[in-house]
Amino acid sequence: MIKGKGIPLTITFLTGVIIIVTFFIPHSPFGEFEQTALRWYSIIAGFTMLLGVDSLLRSHIKKFRKKDNNWEYSIVVFIAFAVIVTTGIIATVRTGNAFNTDTSFMYIYNHMIIPLQSTMFSLLAFFIASAAYRAFRARNTDATLLLITAIIVMLGRVPISDRFIPAVPALTEWIMSVPQMAAKRGIIIGIALGAIGVSLRIILGIERSYLS
Amino acid sequence: MNDIIKKLTAIDRRYLFIIIALVVVIPLLFKPKFPIIPKKPVIDAYKAVDSLSAGDNVMISVDYDAASMPELQPFLEALLRHCFKKELNPIMLVQWQLGAPLGTRAMEKIAKEFDVEYGVDYINLGYRPGYTAQIVGIGKEIRDYFITDYKGDLIDSFSVMDDIHNYDDIDILVGLEAGATGNIWVQYAGARYNQRIILALTAVSAPDAYFFYQSGQIEGLVGGMKGSADYETLIDHPDVAVAGMAAQSFVHILIIVFIILGNIAYFFEKRNKGKTLGGK
Amino acid sequence: MKKLCYLLLIMLLVGAYPALHAQTGTMPLDPDTAYSDTIPTEIVLRAEDTPNDAGSAITVTWECNDNLPSGLITIVRINGEEESIVAEDLMLTKEQVRDTDVADDKEYSYYGIITSPDNKYYRTKDSNPAKSEAQWFNTDRTDSFVAVLFITLVFVWFIQQAKKGKSFYIRKINGLDAIEEAVGRSTEMGKPIMYILGIGYVTDIPTIAGLTILSRVAKKAAEYDTSVLVPCYDPVVMTTAQEVVKESFTEAGRPDAYQKEDTMYITQDQFGYAAGVDGMMMREKPGAVFLQGLFFAESLILAETGHSIGAIQIAGTTETAQLPFFVAACDYTLIGEEMMAASVYMDKNPLMLGSIVAEDMVKVLIIVILFIGLLLGILGPGLGIDIFNNWFEWLIRII
Repeated sequence: MIKGKGIPLTITFLTGVIIIVTFFIPHSPFGEFEQTALRWYSIIAGFTMLLGVDSLLRSHIKKFRKKDNNWEYSIVVFIAFAVIVTTGIIATVRTGNAFNTDTSFMYIYNHMIIPLQSTMFSLLAFFIASAAYRAFRARNTDATLLLITAIIVMLGRVPISDRFIPAVPALTEWIMSVPQMAAKRGIIIGIALGAIGVSLRIILGIERSYLS
Repeated sequence: MNDIIKKLTAIDRRYLFIIIALVVVIPLLFKPKFPIIPKKPVIDAYKAVDSLSAGDNVMISVDYDAASMPELQPFLEALLRHCFKKELNPIMLVQWQLGAPLGTRAMEKIAKEFDVEYGVDYINLGYRPGYTAQIVGIGKEIRDYFITDYKGDLIDSFSVMDDIHNYDDIDILVGLEAGATGNIWVQYAGARYNQRIILALTAVSAPDAYFFYQSGQIEGLVGGMKGSADYETLIDHPDVAVAGMAAQSFVHILIIVFIILGNIAYFFEKRNKGKTLGGK
Repeated sequence: MKKLCYLLLIMLLVGAYPALHAQTGTMPLDPDTAYSDTIPTEIVLRAEDTPNDAGSAITVTWECNDNLPSGLITIVRINGEEESIVAEDLMLTKEQVRDTDVADDKEYSYYGIITSPDNKYYRTKDSNPAKSEAQWFNTDRTDSFVAVLFITLVFVWFIQQAKKGKSFYIRKINGLDAIEEAVGRSTEMGKPIMYILGIGYVTDIPTIAGLTILSRVAKKAAEYDTSVLVPCYDPVVMTTAQEVVKESFTEAGRPDAYQKEDTMYITQDQFGYAAGVDGMMMREKPGAVFLQGLFFAESLILAETGHSIGAIQIAGTTETAQLPFFVAACDYTLIGEEMMAASVYMDKNPLMLGSIVAEDMVKVLIIVILFIGLLLGILGPGLGIDIFNNWFEWLIRII
């Protein structure tokens, strides 16, 4: 009798084996099974967004009720959530599609979401500068080699060196396609085998920590 | 000298941030010009698209959002210009929901420039959740995932979709990537269905796609804003990416200067420590 | 007069052709009389069952002739007395179309209507008859099948060896040894632990590996009575993480200490997520930050913020482009496969250790093949020695 963790382990084993088999057997019912499973996954993935909304709102309602530290930010979450959902619904009802360029929903997207996202990404430039200042120190031979390579690649990646030091872009291409690639391929082969290992351990039921 | 070194080692990172901001903003205001020499991975991407015949289908996947817009949006626009100029049929789909309006915006803008008709010369299928399942599933039938376009109209009502069912009907796929979706395109659409692929990635992720490019799993690689500038140069339509190259050049040089200063400070710091420890 | 007749004929055709296009399904076609008499070049259609599919498909191919480089072709299916359009106005250069609307084990043939650049229409001869059928094995994937079989056998063999009691060794992984130190330090400081799973989905192996490490971290945290904050990018990952943390707290005998809201959804937007997590870091000031999963451009933003609050940081990802950022900003970094081996390392379960040895054996085999390829590559294509050249090509074909 299968019970406890036996049920999810059996489901994992059967699904894993069937999906592998369908990869090699196109004949009905195997080929169709894979496509059906993929469609299911795609539909379920759409509904999972509700789980996220539920979690987000619950945690902020709790914070707001308990007046936890920084509970004021939860009000911002509620207002932002209400505004974006309302404008989305109004835009869809009015024009049939919230993504039409002249809707209030798209106004928020263009004038709030885009600048906010761009700001977050642009922080990367500042963080890279401070990390580079701190981390790229010539502590030993290896670190010095890394440092020199980084400088060559950074120079070779911008047009200014095409104009003043044309050998650097060529050297950069060589660094990217030979030593960089050699190291990366080694890591990638390891990762691929690691992924196969994890997959087989999960399918065979040896790895159970994801079920806990 | 020691004082300067001490200040250098203990410099508040906010000063670095101010200098970075200035070095980005000033070239954007004065727009100095540098010659753009396109690199081979981008030239290969250009050639792959350029070798297609009129009427061929190019699937474009918008897998980024506004954060990566400065790097990838110029390439999207350049690619669409190239497609419409060659009378290719771009079929756009989106794997990152917040990227959907960016794709729509670029398509509408470039379509206007070329006087092409929606549904006949190009189509925008929009966003669907569950990208791994979708990428595998399109190998059999695209209608299992996209029955309607981004506006909710049936795709079978558009002539451009008449003969498109799966990857066999897509002449080349171009993925614009800010995350993991590019790997999935290569692993499933490429390896499983032999789909020809070009990837455009943000600069921080581009090195990860070099081995796909070298092994021929992707036919071209457009990395970051520099890649977009290369493509704009190749289609002979310099635009925002080319304009951004000056700022990028100066920032790279500034970071190199920071690294050198950091090392000088580190060197003196180590020497001083050595002296206090008896010159060891 | 003759020219006028031709003109009328073309006009008729132009009028008739849209009507022809409008036909779908089983509507009969009778276009023969409307075509030009002479076909400038012979285009031969060939029909055959689409290989390696689930049936219901026939592939029609033709060779494009240089005399009609920009012509169009409409493919028509003949099913006994019925004729129907399969695909219309394809570029001749496409040279192939798949008819996916056919029944298995029934004979069909095809012909094409070619539109020349000067708007003349020609009918090709009928193709050979072809039947569609489903295949039981996809021969295109034989190499994958052999690889799957071989790798599975190696794994099963080593797992069997472990079952028989053979002991295996696993090398030290500093990043994993430091977990206890990180949790302990957080506890001493009276601060929570933050566990970031990145922007992967539950279908991504690195995310699963991140979840397995989370179960160990959460168990340790429960034992030390420290809270674990898990901000998530994906709702399914969040639900799984909630279960993992709950079970870990239960296993540690502290189910009462489990707080569901500590594992929360932030947003499914890359930099919105980075902003949310950064804000949380600045407010909560965790003593230890774990970054385990799939990371992209947001990696350094997260790691630098963690560094700025003085947290002990243990990172791990399979994204090689992000590894340098983690190495620069974190105290410990698990590189790719170390992350995959984490659960094995922490459990030291003999069966799991067997699977790691199997991975290493396959890796050794790959290294041997690479080395042989390198030698043959130098001796064959490099130095032009025929026999090695043949062996090299044979090796490439097999791979």
